[in-house]
Amino acid sequence: MDLKNNFERAIVNTVLFIGGLLVSLPFVWMILSSLKNEREVLSIPPTLFPNAPTFEHYINLFTNLNFDVYLVNTLIIVFFSMVGLLLNTMAGYGFGKFQFKGKEIWFAVVLLTMMIPGQVTMIPTYLILNEAGLTNSMTGIILPGLIAAFNIFLIRQFMVTIPDDLIEAARLDGAGELYIFFKLIIPLAKPILAVQVILTFIGSWNSFLWPLIIANEERLYTLSVGLALLQDQNVSNYGLQMAGSTFMVVPVLIIFIIFQKHIVEGFNVSGIK
Amino acid sequence: MNRFKNNLTPYFFIMPAVILLSIFSFLPIIVSLGISFTDMNLRGLANWSTINFIGFDNFVQLFQDKVFLKSMGNTFIYVIIGVPMAVISSFVIAYLLKLVSDWMSTTFRVIYYIPSVTNIVAIAVVWSFLYNQEYGLFNYLLSLVNLDAIPWLEDPFIAKLSLIAMAVWKSNGVSMLIFLAALQSIPKMYYEAADIDGANRWQKLFKITLPSMSFATFFVVVTTLIGWLQFFEEPFVMTNGGPLNGTNSLALFIYQEGFQYSEFGYGAAASFVLFIIIILATLLQFKLRKSEDK
Repeated sequence: MDLKNNFERAIVNTVLFIGGLLVSLPFVWMILSSLKNEREVLSIPPTLFPNAPTFEHYINLFTNLNFDVYLVNTLIIVFFSMVGLLLNTMAGYGFGKFQFKGKEIWFAVVLLTMMIPGQVTMIPTYLILNEAGLTNSMTGIILPGLIAAFNIFLIRQFMVTIPDDLIEAARLDGAGELYIFFKLIIPLAKPILAVQVILTFIGSWNSFLWPLIIANEERLYTLSVGLALLQDQNVSNYGLQMAGSTFMVVPVLIIFIIFQKHIVEGFNVSGIK
Repeated sequence: MNRFKNNLTPYFFIMPAVILLSIFSFLPIIVSLGISFTDMNLRGLANWSTINFIGFDNFVQLFQDKVFLKSMGNTFIYVIIGVPMAVISSFVIAYLLKLVSDWMSTTFRVIYYIPSVTNIVAIAVVWSFLYNQEYGLFNYLLSLVNLDAIPWLEDPFIAKLSLIAMAVWKSNGVSMLIFLAALQSIPKMYYEAADIDGANRWQKLFKITLPSMSFATFFVVVTTLIGWLQFFEEPFVMTNGGPLNGTNSLALFIYQEGFQYSEFGYGAAASFVLFIIIILATLLQFKLRKSEDK
């Protein structure tokens, strides 16, 4: 399925280029609009580049709106999601490298929860947190999202491939179980964990639904919940809306572009043919 | 002593995750099934003794609820239009990426993947601006070629298509990578043999490429289908289900019942209907694949 000549190559390149333009257009428009003043954003015909670029909307986000609070909350969630990733990795290791009583049953529970759509557990999880008095609290926002069954499954698949002899040798040398886990297993699992760290960061930075359900007060809002609120309250201030969106999107874009090699090329699709 | 320690080690590793998973993922399934047969609402939350067991009443009521039926109809439209579009567009992108030079392929892979890592709320806010009837970029571009302004989010039917267009734009990333990996794993000699036989490009596409990646296609179709059945954030942020419930989806309906009207029992019942639809749709896919293999 190679291309026959330069003419065909030019067509394919053009199509990809136009597609790429369409994909990036909303982002470009978002960033450019966020730098226009309130009047210019609504001008018809619209300007492409801001006449007098201004950062007033960004300043507004932090002075008149509570984006500083949202940012801190989001970073707290990001931090704990990394703790969650550690717990997932431990579980993946436990399931992948140990024989113990009840292993099949526990692993079946993990697999089962993987298949249940979020909408089914949404309401009862809220009721459980309510019983525990954890609604409208940071703990309530963090706890339900800490463990991801799919990640446990993925990490277990990797752990299974680590040779038992390696672990046994370390035990014979007198290494403790925790030492083995942190000094031997985690370094070995680096390739898969690197991808997981990035995806976990992106996922928790973007977390929306659960904070929205649990947080009743602005002091607990995350960036995405705060942004949805901003849109409701400043319906026609598009410059401000675009600044809020840019503030959410750009950090993820930067991290993704730096680490894209790990995600795009290290994407684990082995076994899918 | 050492032996005893070794017996406890695996539990030490799995227990934190397993306990949290049991409380926040497994227990909810049972609770959900339980309350879907009750009239639990905000009053029931405060005082458990006011909760009544009402059998299948919630389910009967759901199928007489106009908003629920409308949401279900909308969800089917999302799936019927959105899934083929999402699968085909990610396949076409992967197919084209395979044809071009390495650096172009890598660069455009990143560009096409970007929408799927960005925040859905931010995306929805940006697209609401683009779709704005008066000030939006899309209608301005239409006016340049003398076309009338389109009510992107104001007309119930067009609004559905607008949400689908945005969701397809956002969803290409992962499917594209899966297709690309599958394309790269097809042995070159198949094509060389086809060349010797004088097969043209379309014959190669339909006789070699597509059959060789039937598992990848199956996988992408099933995961895409499950994702689209749970369509939620797009209508939530952009239209809040409107106009006239024209963009309401099943997942949004469950959210509204559960958290806006605090009808927990009713919402849980609706979530089971959605769950059953997801299972049926998945089983249907498996069945179709089986009959294809024969």
